[in-house]
Amino acid sequence: MSSDLAHASSQPAYDYTVVRAFTLATIFWGIVGMGLGVFIAAELVWPGLNDILQPYSHFGRLRPLHTNTVIFAFGGCALFASSYFIVQRTCQAPLFGGWLVPFTFWGWQAIIVAAAITLPLGYTSAKEYAELEWPIDIAITLVWVAYSVVFFGTIVKRTTSHIYVANWFFGAFIITVAALHVVNSAAIPVTWFKSYSAYAGAMDAMVQWWYGHNAVGFFLTAGFLGMMYYFVPKQAGRPVYSYQLSIVHFWALISIYVWAGSHHLHYSALPDWAQSLGMVMSLILLAPSWGGMINGLLTLSGAWHKLKTDPTLRFLVVSLSFYGMSTFEGPMMAIKTVNALSHNTDWTIGHVHSGALGWVAMISIGAVYHLLPVLTGRKEMWSVPLINVHFWLATIGTVLYICAMWVNGIFIQGLMWRASNADGSLTYSFVDSVEASHLGYLVRFIGGAFFVTGMLIMAYNAWRTVQAEDKSALPNAQPQLA
Amino acid sequence: MSTFWSLWIIILTSACLILVGWVLLANRKAAVMQGHGADDNTTGHVYDGIVEYNNPLPRWWFVGFVLSMIFAAGYLVLYPGMGSWPGTLGWTSVGELEADQKEAMASYATTYDVYKTMPIEELAKNPDAMQMGVRLFANNCAVCHGADGGGNFGFPNLMDNDWLYGGEPAAILASITNGRIGAMPGWGSIIGEAKVVAAAEYVLKLSGSVHDQALAATGEKVFAENCAVCHGPEGKGTHGAGAPNLTDKTWLYQGDRETILLTIRAGRNNVMPAQGEKLMAEKIHLLTAYVYSLSHNNP
Repeated sequence: MSSDLAHASSQPAYDYTVVRAFTLATIFWGIVGMGLGVFIAAELVWPGLNDILQPYSHFGRLRPLHTNTVIFAFGGCALFASSYFIVQRTCQAPLFGGWLVPFTFWGWQAIIVAAAITLPLGYTSAKEYAELEWPIDIAITLVWVAYSVVFFGTIVKRTTSHIYVANWFFGAFIITVAALHVVNSAAIPVTWFKSYSAYAGAMDAMVQWWYGHNAVGFFLTAGFLGMMYYFVPKQAGRPVYSYQLSIVHFWALISIYVWAGSHHLHYSALPDWAQSLGMVMSLILLAPSWGGMINGLLTLSGAWHKLKTDPTLRFLVVSLSFYGMSTFEGPMMAIKTVNALSHNTDWTIGHVHSGALGWVAMISIGAVYHLLPVLTGRKEMWSVPLINVHFWLATIGTVLYICAMWVNGIFIQGLMWRASNADGSLTYSFVDSVEASHLGYLVRFIGGAFFVTGMLIMAYNAWRTVQAEDKSALPNAQPQLA
Repeated sequence: MSTFWSLWIIILTSACLILVGWVLLANRKAAVMQGHGADDNTTGHVYDGIVEYNNPLPRWWFVGFVLSMIFAAGYLVLYPGMGSWPGTLGWTSVGELEADQKEAMASYATTYDVYKTMPIEELAKNPDAMQMGVRLFANNCAVCHGADGGGNFGFPNLMDNDWLYGGEPAAILASITNGRIGAMPGWGSIIGEAKVVAAAEYVLKLSGSVHDQALAATGEKVFAENCAVCHGPEGKGTHGAGAPNLTDKTWLYQGDRETILLTIRAGRNNVMPAQGEKLMAEKIHLLTAYVYSLSHNNP
């Protein structure tokens, strides 16, 4: 024991300042981004809301702000926080990079604020999930390079012999997102706030969806799998189920994902071969995706009883279930004949949100509930029952959302749009399907409101936890020995 | 696609699938561990207190993975995907579209054959046919002409009996099949603003609207020199040119002074798209009868 302590004190302390800043930013941007989502969902139920402050309040201006905020502000801050925390603890080394570390925090926040200003003003490159104009794209690149230096620098400085699987996923996420961002955002600037894509026509569409699909695959999947590989075994107190499985599904996931983007362009001007290739790669992707879910869920063998008492673990487990569900749904929707029904309907929106709310948000929330006590030197959050309330609000909200979009997407839009009469005319007009979707939009709004309410409860719980910080317990921030 | 790019795709795709297959097979069994982890089925690595088990891949997952790879290989033989390889089934998306269209066309024959020889005037009184006409009109025409055919600013009203190109069955059929291009030149730069203003007052006078008499008198001369070619000496319009009758209160672009001034000064360009290549002749025949009925079936 005494030799352990002596050893520990010879190691530098972990850098928790940046982890804490990103963790609190995760909660803040989560509320902003999801709140915006609920507002634009309300605009689809009560279209008059669009007119509150035209043109800034219009759905078309706020929708990209919603997606950018939840993906890059909420999801991004969660990834920064957890990767900085995990890479230090699993490498037993403090963060590398000196001033680059706070630079990534302030730089990223400045980019989010720039997005929140320019998007409502109508400055957009019109590429989905990559709407920000070129000066902001350059700023993203700079922050991302700094992030890479910090992360890989810490890996190089590690005192453990091997690199933990969570860090493989974070590493793949950082490298691939850099490549995706630089290639897809390549553009010719015309003015400070206007640029034109470097690509044209079907090629531009293919580059965009190579980016768009891998924003999902690497930003929202690989990065969050890295999170899963730390917080699930840690919170469950169980060993990771299979090292072999993590090797296979890691390499398969990162090599197959990049081929699948063309399934967003089925039955389009994209050449047939590219569509088919995207479809078969999407089908192969099912197994590597499920590999992560299986490895996470089987890690709980022997710890299932903890679900009764630990709502944080419940968030992590349910997030894996939603991950499994949406990665089953994705390959199905990539099949051309299924896609012919699902394309352009609310089914796509529902699919995205079963991943975004059920997987990305829930695992991030679980991670925050694990991180905050550690960062404030406490044994647990200020209120564990409030975590439980949050868990049920989030779960019910997600289920309401997904079910509403399934009904709207498949049974209303999908089937109404393709119904035709014997004379070849369409049975329903487009407006008929919009009218029929109204109830689903209302249910989706209610589901979203449930989810945001949970986030507000989390913010309150986090605030009370930070208030009741135990500074005396914080020097604990020493590398824990094997 | 050039041979180079075709090979590029084939080689990259195959290499990716083969490497993934190799990683899968190579890690199928649990590794034989020596030393630290050997006795408790772990790898011996410890990260921040996290240990990893040395369990083999779940069998059902392994089998599922292999099956999806076999399916992919089979699909890429049958369908296009590997560069310029067309697939043994010869499937193309254009081929699929054409086959679907052919099938649809064949299925329409029974529906439309009854009506295709019926004269327009008779067809316009057939309730079953007009029921279909409503649907065809809603799908193809309503977006511009309105659900009831009442038209809109710039889109002619089909419910009255005032026609730009003639309301006889043959003329309506020609309008739908070949489309129409209604072009009125802008006169502002040709005759100057003063004459534009005068002509506008005369047009107001023709339709019986409030106007400036002195200017209208000048305008009559301007009209005779420039406008009468298309709109006719009395301003009653001509079907040949698709020029509107200016002596009634029916306006394609509204009849207030400001709008008339703008129309004369800047001209108007209007296009009714040709449906001949989009819709089969039987449908156009039925649509013609429906459009005819809009202005003729009213008591």
